[in-house]
Amino acid sequence: MGNPINVRDFIINNYTPYYGDDSFLAPPTEKTLKLFDKVKKLMEDERKAGGVLDIDEHTISTITSHKPGYIDKDLEEIVGLQTDEPLKRAIIPFGGIRMVRSSLKAYNKEMDPEMENVFKYRKTHNDGVFDCYSDEMKKARHTGIITGLPDAYGRGRIIGDYRRIALYGVDFLIEQKIKAKADRNTAVILDGNMIRKLEELSEQARALQELKEMAASYGYDISQPAKDFKEATQWVYFGYLAAVKEQNGAAMSLGRVSTFLDIYAERDLQSGRYTEEQIQEIVDSFIMKLRMVRFLRTPAYDELFSGDPTWVTESIGGIGLDGRPLVTKNSFRFLHTLQNLGPAPEPNLTILWSSKLPETFKNFCTKISIETSSIQYENDDLMREKFGDDYGIACCVSAMPIGKQMQFFGARANLAKALLYGINGGKDEKSGEQIAPVLPVLDQDEYLDYDKVYQNYDKMCDWLAGLYINTLNIIHYMHDKYAYEKLEMALHDEDIIRTSACGIAGFSVVVDSLSAIKYAKVKPIKNEDGLIVDYEIEGDYPKFGNNDERVDKIACEVVERFMAKLSQHHTYRRSRPTLSILTITSNVVYGKKTGNTPDGRRGGEPFAPGANPMHKRDSNGCVASMMSVAKLPYDSCEDGISYTFSIVPNALGKNEDEQVKNLTHLLDGYFDETGHHINVNVIQREVLIDAMEHPELYPQLTVRVSGYAVNFIKLTREQQEDIINRTFHTRF
Amino acid sequence: MSEEIKGYFHSKETFGTVDGPGIRYVAFMQGCNLRCKYCHNPDTWKKENASYTMTVDELIEDILKYKSFIRSGGVTFSGGEPLLQPEFIEQAIDRLHSLGISVAIDTAGFYNFEKAQRALTECDLVLLDIKAIDEDMCKDITGQSNSFALKVLEYREKIKKPVWIRHVIVPNYTLDYKLLEKLADYLKDFSCVEMVEILPFHKLGEYKWKTLGEAYSLEDTPVPENEEVIMAKEIFKSRGLNVH
Repeated sequence: MGNPINVRDFIINNYTPYYGDDSFLAPPTEKTLKLFDKVKKLMEDERKAGGVLDIDEHTISTITSHKPGYIDKDLEEIVGLQTDEPLKRAIIPFGGIRMVRSSLKAYNKEMDPEMENVFKYRKTHNDGVFDCYSDEMKKARHTGIITGLPDAYGRGRIIGDYRRIALYGVDFLIEQKIKAKADRNTAVILDGNMIRKLEELSEQARALQELKEMAASYGYDISQPAKDFKEATQWVYFGYLAAVKEQNGAAMSLGRVSTFLDIYAERDLQSGRYTEEQIQEIVDSFIMKLRMVRFLRTPAYDELFSGDPTWVTESIGGIGLDGRPLVTKNSFRFLHTLQNLGPAPEPNLTILWSSKLPETFKNFCTKISIETSSIQYENDDLMREKFGDDYGIACCVSAMPIGKQMQFFGARANLAKALLYGINGGKDEKSGEQIAPVLPVLDQDEYLDYDKVYQNYDKMCDWLAGLYINTLNIIHYMHDKYAYEKLEMALHDEDIIRTSACGIAGFSVVVDSLSAIKYAKVKPIKNEDGLIVDYEIEGDYPKFGNNDERVDKIACEVVERFMAKLSQHHTYRRSRPTLSILTITSNVVYGKKTGNTPDGRRGGEPFAPGANPMHKRDSNGCVASMMSVAKLPYDSCEDGISYTFSIVPNALGKNEDEQVKNLTHLLDGYFDETGHHINVNVIQREVLIDAMEHPELYPQLTVRVSGYAVNFIKLTREQQEDIINRTFHTRF
Repeated sequence: MSEEIKGYFHSKETFGTVDGPGIRYVAFMQGCNLRCKYCHNPDTWKKENASYTMTVDELIEDILKYKSFIRSGGVTFSGGEPLLQPEFIEQAIDRLHSLGISVAIDTAGFYNFEKAQRALTECDLVLLDIKAIDEDMCKDITGQSNSFALKVLEYREKIKKPVWIRHVIVPNYTLDYKLLEKLADYLKDFSCVEMVEILPFHKLGEYKWKTLGEAYSLEDTPVPENEEVIMAKEIFKSRGLNVH
């Protein structure tokens, strides 16, 4: 007997592809505008209050912890808030009570004594991790060669299949979990793995029960399947809401719901139950809710991932395995919210692009990009091959079949620093402390010798990959133990694929450094303690981002080799290691922690984000830059390759019509050349500069940064400057 | 013999969207016979300062790397003055045409028309920069006569192949409504003129003059006001010309 849960099958057999243009779309209703005015006011108050409007410091957030909350009950088509008041942040402590404490302190609040008392007796994930970390791990974490580890808060990057709630109703889902547990209870050998599984299934069933209770508190019975579009949207949202009440994961993505929901919309349109205006009103209301998801974070966290991101990623479009586009009217409606409600970073609308998508849809997407800079694009042709046609993107670039695969999120290893460790024989280039195993320091030759450097770098990567995987193993063991995502996992199959999603930072720095050592002459310079702290470059060298095979080959090798090293290690729950080149805004902090590099980058300067070429080193135009990035092998970077592209509108074409067409062709070209991901910003540099000075004038200014969109005015000054300094493709 | 020819290049732009239709590979050729006062790329003047050279084969190989992108557009030879290297351009056009790639030449005309004639015949589009309709002013701005550019226009009209006119409006020089009217009246009878691009003078290239140790004479010249640009465009529109 097959799995009785099969959302994909329902979609493929019932959806109506849409090949037309955007002329059917409805403007916002009066009700929508009234509600959105209130939301905007709340967000303005939040900004004025320093980023956090309010915190409920007395309650541990669970699915059922808070009584229902509303913005304005009469105006809300879709209901449900994380706490009893809009934008009031909840305490979600099981990832780490320490982080809660410091977050509260940062906003001048005290932890409730009762809550303090609870955590005298109850450990959190963070405590567990630090009980097991080795000194070496702590040092690597401290110097920043491994960094951004999810060891103090929720790991995130898990997508519950929230559509199951609408399609099957919660009772059926609970039944399945109870049955699955009963089947496994009779296993001959009940070892640790099996016992953990049993406990998880019970937890999952309980979480679904709580989900039902939460919905009931809003006056909805979701035990049975949804009957129309509004119910289906509401059921899906309740599922998502329960997840963000239970978990403060770094990325809490939505999945791929728009085409699924279109089946209900299409039926209601046919039967006359809802008009286009009403359907758009429901979508707008839903999207407003997603824009309001908030977590309590510390200032240190914001330094890494600035702009209050939640990564409510929704994947739109793509082509089905049967060749039909998975584009529906609802794909248009979701994007249309950026027109009805204006630009916004969340939800993180992600287009699964293929040059085979209908031209009408492609041009609508690029038009929205030009208007709002709020969407990102990923290569459906590449991902469909690996993940089928019902995958979604978690966070920024991580693809996974929905409800069938999850990942253990693994932050980043700083490869630029690994190169410096290789040159300095395992010593940190800033502190001089021996962090990695001792290797010969490469100070014998006047100029760095490529082969020797490469050999040392490679050895450093051997050490780093092993340490990295073991660190992740500890983190995810403890997260499963102390902060298990019971609701999200209840919306998965019982048997799933797990990956250990590792990442790298400093990619183009290490690539250009190796190229400089190979093609120019690089003289190491020592300080008085004999530590190599600087480099003199004589001559020029090919730089990543110019479609120059000499250096692009090095780039491919860097990822292939590091991926191969990761694959050699034993992972927690037999997860399959994968790799991403994605930094989000953390390229600024990682750069700060890394000294001078042989490519000429000064110590402390930001890295390029994700897989981007270093600032201003790509001099052949953006297509050459994209081609370099597109060459990076997705097979070795299955967790995603992020590329951010910023251009001034005039450089895209002479008028709006040409700009739309040129951007569409640019994306067709990039993805046909096997590029994986691209953020598109179409924005005047002057606008950003003005927004730095006058944030109040740009409440909705959105820019895309390495895999996600942020509200520009919520970034730190340093990050704002980094974005402005980054290559803006322009020509005069 | 043909393999021997080398093109002299200043740089390339792989996402050209303003030098002809669609997405284009723009090859900026090194060397120019004009010395326009407002030139924003004075670093392209001297052929010996080329940043790289390529044979036709090498150029074609490089262009083909971008073939997925330039499907909607093509290749533009700009500069500098591309027609200063006519044999190279001719051969490149032949090769690109055999590959089904459309070619544009961005030129201000060239004193040796006969040499450039084949390239001007074969290319799919000429982006023709008419610096000034007034002969004396043209000599003042560029150091050369405008007769070369006008000859190119007449020739393309004769062979019925499209031209996009470009005209930079510079305050105190070409930003003169009488002169603009004169130019518009002249252009309106050419059926080969598909478009007229009015380009406001800007100073973004000024720093390059300083780097090269060249004296820049337009330091005090203002950039045109927005309204002036609109009015200039209106003059051409009123003559039934397609203006951008």
